[in-house]
Amino acid sequence: MALRKWRARAGRLAGQPAGALLPVAADEWVPVATDVAATGGQLLALWTTPRDGATAAAVSAAYLADGAPLVARLALTDGQRYRGLQELFPAAARMQRAAADLSGIHADAPDERPWLRHAAWPADQAPLLSPPPLPVPPWTVDDYAFVRVTGEGVHEVPVGPVHAGIIEPGHFRFSIVGEKVLRLEERLGYVHKGIERRFTELAAGDAHRLAARVCGDSAVAYSWAYCQALESLAATIVPPRATALRAVGLELERLQNHLGDLGALGNDAGFAFGLAQFSRLKEELTRAIASAFGQRYLLDLVVPGGVAAVPDAIAGRELGAVVARTASRVRELRGIYGEHAGVRDRFAGAGIVAPELARRLGLAGLAGRASGQSLDLRVDAPWPPYDRFRPKPCGRDDGDVAARVDVRFDEVEESSRLVRALLDDLPEGPERATLASPVEGELGIGLIEGWRGPVLVALELAAGGRIRRCHPHDPSWQNWPVLEHAVIGNIVPDFPLINKSFNLAYSGHDL
Amino acid sequence: MTPLDITTQLLQVLCALALAPAFLGWVNQCRAWLQNRAAPSVLQPYRGLRKLLIKESVLAENASSLFRFAPYIVFGTMVAAAAIIPSMGTGLPMSLAADGIALVGLLATARVFLSLAAMDVGTAFGTLGARREMMVGFLAEPALLMTLFVAAMISHTTSLPLIAAELTNRAPALYPSLAFTAVAFTMVLLAENARIPVDNPATHLELTMIHEAMLLEYSGRHLALMEWAAALKLFNYACIGFALFLPWGTSREAWGPAGLALAAPLLLLKLALAGGALALIETVSAKLRVFRAPEFLATAFLLAVLGLLVHLLLGD
Repeated sequence: MALRKWRARAGRLAGQPAGALLPVAADEWVPVATDVAATGGQLLALWTTPRDGATAAAVSAAYLADGAPLVARLALTDGQRYRGLQELFPAAARMQRAAADLSGIHADAPDERPWLRHAAWPADQAPLLSPPPLPVPPWTVDDYAFVRVTGEGVHEVPVGPVHAGIIEPGHFRFSIVGEKVLRLEERLGYVHKGIERRFTELAAGDAHRLAARVCGDSAVAYSWAYCQALESLAATIVPPRATALRAVGLELERLQNHLGDLGALGNDAGFAFGLAQFSRLKEELTRAIASAFGQRYLLDLVVPGGVAAVPDAIAGRELGAVVARTASRVRELRGIYGEHAGVRDRFAGAGIVAPELARRLGLAGLAGRASGQSLDLRVDAPWPPYDRFRPKPCGRDDGDVAARVDVRFDEVEESSRLVRALLDDLPEGPERATLASPVEGELGIGLIEGWRGPVLVALELAAGGRIRRCHPHDPSWQNWPVLEHAVIGNIVPDFPLINKSFNLAYSGHDL
Repeated sequence: MTPLDITTQLLQVLCALALAPAFLGWVNQCRAWLQNRAAPSVLQPYRGLRKLLIKESVLAENASSLFRFAPYIVFGTMVAAAAIIPSMGTGLPMSLAADGIALVGLLATARVFLSLAAMDVGTAFGTLGARREMMVGFLAEPALLMTLFVAAMISHTTSLPLIAAELTNRAPALYPSLAFTAVAFTMVLLAENARIPVDNPATHLELTMIHEAMLLEYSGRHLALMEWAAALKLFNYACIGFALFLPWGTSREAWGPAGLALAAPLLLLKLALAGGALALIETVSAKLRVFRAPEFLATAFLLAVLGLLVHLLLGD
């Protein structure tokens, strides 16, 4: 196989025992991607690192091929462009545009429109190189070239970024005929707040707190991924008690999000009963988490070297009992959702992403599993403690809202089992190891299956424990473009439901 | 026209104006209870109206005078409708001016102005909402007319007070024709008042809205009038339902003032029951896909026609 050739040449990748770091030349950049695509691999993330003193600028692409991460890294001279990967991995297009906005390193790609940069900073300025000036009034509104659809009776409906409800800002440009959607174009970036720049101003030992706040609903996933990268650069072994508790946190986070989503999906189908019930369950679980870990959402659980909080025996047992009770209530509600003709009618057949399309576009995570893409890092590339606590893979092939709801129901079941198993079998020992001093100039990768999909954190340190570059990557980057395909041919009023069934990140994506 | 008639007429309109927000509040309260939520007070809609009346009204730059007048027209038609529906008494001087068919026309007038106003500013949502409203409206109107025809054929008049009076005169019996039309009417009520399963009054998703989408550009007193009109519309529909299917207790001219005193608490009881039933229907249903709304209303029309056929065949 062609990939073996590359892997043989590659060096070790900190943070990923099975992974490999492959420095490539300019003419190898695309062939590596081609070979990954040919073996059915996926693009996990793409990011650029601007020049830092003597260290050259670089563009990196993280792939997942044959269940193991492979990072291709291409060093660039000032002003040099790299070949875009959008032909092989369509999701790369927006990552390249965002990278260009932040670092000034451009790809050779047909779409050169800005992505993260609205009119907030000048086009020739790269926030990662020098902090842009704060924008001052009068505010300018940039003229973004949406793709026009023309024809008899076609009209555009602009939605957002300010919505009728209190939700995050995103702009959706629908081209419709009657009620039917012909095309949807998304525009995001309204919640860009300079997270990647901020990382470079923090000490490596403190930045896990920022990582946990990259995307509030995936706090454990991000902070774990960050700590995984940092710990590997420091060659620190995390005690088993800590990894088990991190996994408890990760699964609880999955439960919280799934409960919230299942309720919201019922509400969007006009079935407010579902929202009330699931909200109650989520709140009960959240309170149990608060009494076990001291916080309702686990923003500060994962710290470099281990975990910051350990539930005492009573709180742990109580948490396990609440999780078990939640699971049995969810089973009842699943019966109600399944038997309710109106709800089923709204869910079934809405927003279909066929498995073939999902594969081609690289649909990731939960949404991918509902469209026949069985990838789950906890199953396919397990890291401790998931090598001992294997979740049962959950998947569907229908790719509609109903499938995404079903996968959520399955995962609630599976996560609640895992939480109880992990708590019952909690290893003894310390919950935190001292972090050794991390090596500089190397790349560390943290890769965690969050509730939405694979969360990747790429971390590079400079002298004195300073962060040279930290790129947190949300699976929403892969999935937002697929949403544009999922709504084609659906009717306009079904969009909120379809959008909710993906529930992609705004803030965690705009960074 | 006796002084009692005039009193009944005035009292009835004032009652509708005052009670309509409470009725809406009651439905919302029942809905919350049925969903195991802590319920807002019955008075919540009044607080909402007061807040809106205090607030400044903001108009879009390109709003025409139609946009500004529409709330008054819509509100006015709903008040006029309240005057000819026998909610408390059948001796209504105003009802001589308009019968049941004119009432349907009155409601249609409100719809036309509401839709025109929604399109006036030229936003995408207003137009989407207006388009959907017209689709629902043109399917709901025939079904509503058909239910009125069944009652009219039974009582040989199209005047609502006379229908109510005639139906009360008869011995309480179960009319199969009226049973069919009652179901049809309930479906029309749900569709016309933007309730689940056709529309969702509680939604914040602008893409799925019908009624709310048309009000997005309104604010301040204009919005207050529009919301009050929507509450009045629901109240009116409930009272049309009572007049056709539960007319007992409506005050008769012969009963004198005592009749009115009896009619008022009975109306409250009927409203309480109807509100609870409405909340129950809304709680157990999900919202239909928009293109299923025509099927829903076609079913209502068919049921009404069935009621008519039953009446013609059985002559009940």
